[in-house]
This record gives sequence, structure tokens and C-alpha cells, in this order.
Amino acid sequence: MKYELVAGFETHIELATKTKIFCGCTTQFGGEPNTHCCPVCIGLPGTLPKLNRQVVRYGIMAGLATHGEIAEISKMDRKNYCYPDLSKAYQISQLYAPLTIGGYVELSSGKKIRLHHIHIEEDAGKLIHQHGDTYVDYNRGGVPLIEIVSEPDIRSIDEAREYVEKLQQVMRYIGISDCKMQEGSMRCDVNISVRPVGSEKLGTRTEIKNMNSINNICKAMEYEFERQVDLIESGGQVVQETLRYDDATNTTSSMRSKEDAHDYRYFRDPDLVTIHVTKEEVEEIKSTLPELPTEKCKRYVDELSIPEKDAQLLTKYRNISEYFDKACEGVKSPKTVSNFIIGQIFSRVETEADKEVFDVSVSPEQLNELVKLLDSGKIRNNLAKATLEKMLDSGKGALEFISESDMGGLDENAMIELCKQAVESNTKAVEDYKNGKEKAIKALVGFVMKNSRGKADAAAAEAKIKELIG
Amino acid sequence: MGTIAKIHEMLTSKQCSCTELTKSYLEEIEKSNGELNAYVNVTGDEALKTAEKVDKKIASGEEIGLLEGVPMTLKDNLSTKGIETTCCSKILTGYKPIYNATVWDILQSQNAVMLGKTNMDEFAMGSSCETSYFGGATNPFNTKHVSGGSSGGVASAVGANIAAYGLGSDTGGSIRQPASFCGIVGLKPTYGSVSRYGLVAYASSLDQIGPITKSVEDASIVFDAISKYDDKDSTSKGYNGNTYSSLNNDIKGMKIGIAREYLDGVRDDVKEAVLNAAEVYKSLGAEIVYFDLPALKFALPVYYIIACAEASSNLGRYDGIRYGYKTEHYNGTHDMICRTRSEGFGEEVKRRILLGTYVLSAGYYDAYYKKAQNLRGTIVKAFNDAFTHCDVILAPTVPMTAFEMGRAVSDPIETYLTDICTVPVNIAGLPGVSVPCGFNAKGMPIGMQLIGKSFGEAEILNAAYKYQQAAGENFKDTKWGVKL
Repeated sequence: MKYELVAGFETHIELATKTKIFCGCTTQFGGEPNTHCCPVCIGLPGTLPKLNRQVVRYGIMAGLATHGEIAEISKMDRKNYCYPDLSKAYQISQLYAPLTIGGYVELSSGKKIRLHHIHIEEDAGKLIHQHGDTYVDYNRGGVPLIEIVSEPDIRSIDEAREYVEKLQQVMRYIGISDCKMQEGSMRCDVNISVRPVGSEKLGTRTEIKNMNSINNICKAMEYEFERQVDLIESGGQVVQETLRYDDATNTTSSMRSKEDAHDYRYFRDPDLVTIHVTKEEVEEIKSTLPELPTEKCKRYVDELSIPEKDAQLLTKYRNISEYFDKACEGVKSPKTVSNFIIGQIFSRVETEADKEVFDVSVSPEQLNELVKLLDSGKIRNNLAKATLEKMLDSGKGALEFISESDMGGLDENAMIELCKQAVESNTKAVEDYKNGKEKAIKALVGFVMKNSRGKADAAAAEAKIKELIG
Repeated sequence: MGTIAKIHEMLTSKQCSCTELTKSYLEEIEKSNGELNAYVNVTGDEALKTAEKVDKKIASGEEIGLLEGVPMTLKDNLSTKGIETTCCSKILTGYKPIYNATVWDILQSQNAVMLGKTNMDEFAMGSSCETSYFGGATNPFNTKHVSGGSSGGVASAVGANIAAYGLGSDTGGSIRQPASFCGIVGLKPTYGSVSRYGLVAYASSLDQIGPITKSVEDASIVFDAISKYDDKDSTSKGYNGNTYSSLNNDIKGMKIGIAREYLDGVRDDVKEAVLNAAEVYKSLGAEIVYFDLPALKFALPVYYIIACAEASSNLGRYDGIRYGYKTEHYNGTHDMICRTRSEGFGEEVKRRILLGTYVLSAGYYDAYYKKAQNLRGTIVKAFNDAFTHCDVILAPTVPMTAFEMGRAVSDPIETYLTDICTVPVNIAGLPGVSVPCGFNAKGMPIGMQLIGKSFGEAEILNAAYKYQQAAGENFKDTKWGVKL
């Protein structure tokens, strides 16, 4: 029998607010243990939380960027569980009335992975095990998170990978998180089950907790898919449980069974008031959102005639697409700008990390100037390419490398004169062309280009030469 | 004249210095606290330091505020920076907060002289002060009787004149009930009018800080001082009024409502005293209106479900890791937390944590907690309706007078029932003030409460003040403490 994978994601994303969700402490990563703390975020008796409105704003941005509906009224709840890294023995989160409802993430195939909701909550501190002792660091306690909960719409490892990448891309675009999985600012739990292809019924699911890289997510899902299929094939049953993934052995193992599952005893947090979001506020936030990558990519293809593959490269990171947008202002051929970026510039910005930052020595305005010289026919492609190399080396503008005499096309008479010379001094090539060797014309055009120092219009020269040869 | 005004006059007219006054309070505490057990921590050095500051101010001819230099006390669940704040629980022994409760910030900035922290039921859970880890505070009228709870220590100290006034907290009657038992005045303000920041939480949606005083005008002065908007408390609204200036307003034509349900099951002597008070009001020109408030029958179960649910969550943080008591011998983190909590909490606290955990558990949430929340709405609405018939509601504070020490411990359910008249006000978030209105045959004080509309403190304090003017004989001094 053939089996199908069914998966849904719970993705935690740390928000890039300056201060924590319920107090004024910094959210900076790292720092000496327990130095980014105050009575509120270490939960001293008698302290009270005060909601950081920026967290609500970022949550709304995430909701809008994933096409969700923003709740006019949402509430904070307490999720009660006891663990040393949780200073109040409850996490303030949202269960009964989350900030945003529904929405989706669209994959490149056009398939939409539906979202159940997005809620805001606080992060916990962390335990440090050292020399046989356990220490607690509450610096991360109270750092704001959103949790994006998807429907079980994912059907393959590839879809899973793309879903996570897309989320990461969108959240970075709107600037609410750096989504660094290795630093824990993006963490995924995956709910996974299998069923015979064609079946509508969902199988029993397991949950793989806290994975910290996209590769590990894919490997863990692959392992878990096969484990579940093998289990069913051999007559066994999948048990609902929470698993951890060990990347050293590439296996999953049980953390706790359904029977041991926590009863979080959620209830409305009486210390916090109802969160009201007005339609005006939503509209205002919507108006500040940047164009999102999927829409941007479509626009590049449809309106700027950029090939889809190139458009994807240009929109992968917000900095690149913004660079491209600026460099394109007023140019006739955006494709030329795209070619320069993907070709010459990318060859100098090789790693993904560098591409994300996209700190290039040539400014988009400088590139824009160069392309406009090309557009106006003042310089030719070869010269432009060579100039861009020099610009990238030096960070200087195009005009530093192009003299007055380089600019301005060749006047018609001079061009005709050069074509005549080409025909006269290359009798062999002329002969070959007459004998049907089409390619021989290239040598004649090359003569014209060389002697005009690249200023001649190659197409016009070719036409003229053909005319001369007859 | 109220105690606060009297002390203010003594200080400004230089009848005595603040240091002398503070010393005499400290001496009286020394003499009587053995029997009253009102204070669990006397902070004499700090008190004298503040007193000296006030004396310097007076000596230099500077004006001083009404509360400046007045010796007072705080219930031991109000956070005081650098001063042990234990909630009278073993689990918080040794815990010294690193910040002040907002109310203490306010009073400290007005040079209030804090004599020490006073006794209470452990984590404010109790109605007799006897669940305190340090043993209960006794009643100044008869030390064989309880002071009431949970703010028993404050009530005992104020009733015995070993503090001019004090701040308590009221979750289900913890200010009004001990005030009633000790023959003094206790105001539970509207939810949101006094910042809860720094009040160690019992049940967050019900807790409210308020004054316990010898007279209505004192309650009014203290309330006006502490009811400020506080940005640190999201539920804080502050109080944009001045109750003190509206004391002694005419109450002719004021409609005072009596809900029949409030008199059900109330002991005869208490009922009689409350009805006598109604007569006093009539003579002052008020109109007495009787009405029904059937929703009251839900109040007690709703209170115990909501309060315990919130408490089970609020008290989860006491695990021995960061502060307070920690068990000595353990095997691993889980074992340490279990032992610490088992050894650190008293019986009543454990009972309420278990009850609260139960009502929030999967499968029981809808049947208990959710239902209680819905009924809470019903009760709120019932009070709103009631206030279309009347301006204030008159009711007994407690169905009885202070019982003997030891009884509450032996019968927790009967003790829960003593809260029946006080909890509705907390559920509805309304203000209520308890005022002495008589004595029973054994000479134990009886209290009545006046319940107001939301943020109607000025109205109930005025009505209470009018009563105090007309029936001053019910405001009796005890043999204890400083004679001003």
C-alpha cells in the first residue's frame, strides 16, 4: 500500500521588539545570565504584567502578511505548568481568543497551506547544565513570541521545507523577526501522521518538538514518516506521543506519552485587560507593510518581464528586492538590471547570509545611472559590463570610468565608413559569407566594433555590411 | 475628630514630637503584642528614622501632610523593599522584596511611619487569621476570640491602638470582616481604584487593597491618598474623586436598600443591630427600600471556585528555586519542588490550591470554572439592577460576631459560610465599607456594611460618616495601646 504524509506546523517566532512583552527589559540575545531581568519578568510575588503594545502590532503584521483576519477583541490566558525556567509557573499566552484567525501561506505550486491562527505569548528562560549542577537564566524569559499554527495541510517533505522557508522569508520581509533557527528565534514543532493514499481519515499523529534547522525538520519528518509506515505495515499502531529528534543518530525518541500529557489548565489571565484592535489601526498597519515576496515576484514576472527563476532570486531577501527596485527606477529594461545583479553582483555576494544583508559596494543609484547610460545608447553592453566590474572593485560611480569620448554613439557616416573598410580589408570573410557561411558576417561586424571602440551599434553595422556585400 | 487628624494636630501644635509618638506606639506594641499577636515583624528602627525626618521638617517650619508622621502598619502581603514580606507563610520566610508595592511607595513618599508588618491568614486564605504560620492575631475586645481574617493583624493592631491605621487587602471580605469583628472601620474599594502592584496575589480578579481605620474620616483620608492610577497595574483605573470633601453631605432622600437575602441565616443580634442602623438612617432623612437579590445564593460557590482557581495559578511560583523557603533534603528538581511545597504551605492553602487545580482541569473546566464565570456575570447584573432601586445597600458584614479561637480550624466549611455577606461585593467589583453598629450580649462588636455603585466610594463613605455622627456610641475604644 502507498502511504501519504500529513503534517501541520506550530512555529514559534521571537519578535524583534526592543523590550520584553510585559516589562521594560531588553530583548537582546545573550548577555550575562540574569542581567536582562526585573521583578516582573522573574515573576516576583506581587508583580503584574503590562502588555507591550508593539507586540500586538507585530502580531497584527504577521497576521496581515499571511492573509489572516485580525480579531477586534483578543485576550491573554495563562498556560499553567511547573518548570524551573518558567518563573511564574505559568506562561502568559492566548488560547480562547487569539490575535489573528485563519490565513494561509502560498507555496510556489499555488497550493495554500491554511493557518489556524496566530497568537502572542512570552518565552521562558533556559536551563544551563554545568558541572553536574543546573542553573537558570531568565534573560529570555518574557521575550515576546508569536506562535503560528497551521492546519494539517502539508503532504510532503518538500512542502514542509517550502512552508518553513516561506514563513521565514515573509516574517523577515515585514521586519518582525530575524527568524534565526540556530539562535532559537524561530523554532518548529511538527505534528505528523500517515494514511493510505486516497484515505480521508487522519491517522494518529505524533509531535516532534523544538527543531532548530530546516534540514533537521526534513530529516526528522522523513524518519518519522518511515517509522510510522513500518509500524502500520508490520501490524502495529502509531501511539500519540511527543517526540524529540536526535540529529546525531537521525532518530526520534519519546519524550512523553498522551497519558503523561500536561493539563495546562488554561484560563483568562485576570491581570491583563482585553486587547482591542480597531479597524483603523489595522488599516494603518496594513499601509505600512512592504510589498510581500510572493506579490513582488508575480509583479516582476508580469510587469517587468523578468523570468520567474530570476524573479525568485531577486525576491528571496528583502534587501535584494529593495536594491533591485531602486536600481530599476526609470530604466527601460529592468531585465538588464536583473542580469547585472544576478550575474556580476551575485558573483561577489556568494553566501546566503551575505545575500540577506546584501551590502554591495555599488549603490542601487550607481547601478541605476549605469543602466540609464546603456538605455540611452550612450554606451554599449560590453563597456557597461567592464565598467560595472571597475565600480564593484572601487565603489565609485560609472562616470569615473567612462570618458566623454566613450559616450555618444558613432555617427552614421563614420559607421558606414568603417563598414566599407571591413568589407575591403576582409575579402576572405566576404567570400565565405557569399558562399553561404552565415557566421562569417560576425567577423566583419567584429571589425567595426573593434575599430569604433565598442561604440557602434552592432545590429545596424550588420545590416549595413549585408547591404554593402549585396 | 479622627485619629489621623488628631495626630496631625498633635504634631503640628508640637504637643509631642513624631519620635516621641512613634516610641510610645513601639512601647505599646512591645507590651501587648505577646497577647494580641498582631505584628509579625516590628520595624522600629525604620519607623524612628522616618519620625526623625518628620520632626526635622516640623522644626524647620515646613508644612506637613495629613498622613505625614502618622504611625501605621501594612498587612504582610504588601511588598516592602528590604523588609521581609511573608504572607505569613513558611514558604516565604526570609523573602525580602527588592521593590515596593505602589501603595507603600505612595505612603512612604508622604513620610508615613510604618511600625511593622501585621499578621494575616496564610496568603490571605482564611476568615480568622488562624491559618497564619505565626498563629492568629487575637481580638482586642476579648483575646480569647479571633480578630477575623484575613487582615486580622491590621484589625487587631488598629483596634488595640498600636497602629493609627493600616492597609489590608480584601479578596472575599478580608478587610471588612476583621474590621467588623474588631469594632472598627474597613473599606474595600472598587476593583481598579487602588493599584494591586506589589500586593502578593491570592485571587487577582478579586483582590483589592484598602484601609482599616478607627473612624470613617480616617478611611476616607487614606483611601484618597492611595487610590491613584498606576501604569504598572493594567487593571488600575484610579479614582478621580475626593471622598474626604464630600463627607458630611446631607443624606436626606438617599435611598438605602436592604436585600432580604442578606438577612437570611444571620444571627438575631446581628440582624437587630443592622435594622437599628436602618432606623438611624430613617431618622436622618434617608429612605429604606427592601428588595430581593436572589443571585446572592450563587455568590459563595462562585467565589470559592474563582478564588481557588486563580490562587492555584498564582501560587505555582513558590518552588524554592528563587526565594523563600526551600526543603533541605531532596533528590532532583522535581523532588525539591514537591517537598518544598509540601513543607512550605499550610493546610488551608493546600486545600485551596487543590480545589483550584481541580476546577480548572480538563473535563471540569466547563462544569465549574466556566459556569462560575457566567454566574459572576449574573451577580454583576443583579447588583446593577439593584442600584436602580437604591443608592447604597445596607447589609450585615458578617452573619455573626468574632468566634472563639480554634473553631475555624476545626470546621473549615462553617468558616467559609461566614464570608457569605462579604464575597458578593468582590465578585461584582464594588466598593463596600464595614462600620461598627453595635455589640452583642458578650460585648463583642457587630459590623454593618454599606455597599456602593462602582466607584461610589464617596457616597458610601458619606453615608457611613453620617451614621458615625449619629451613633458614635458604637465606635468604642479598647483598653489597649496609645491613648491620644
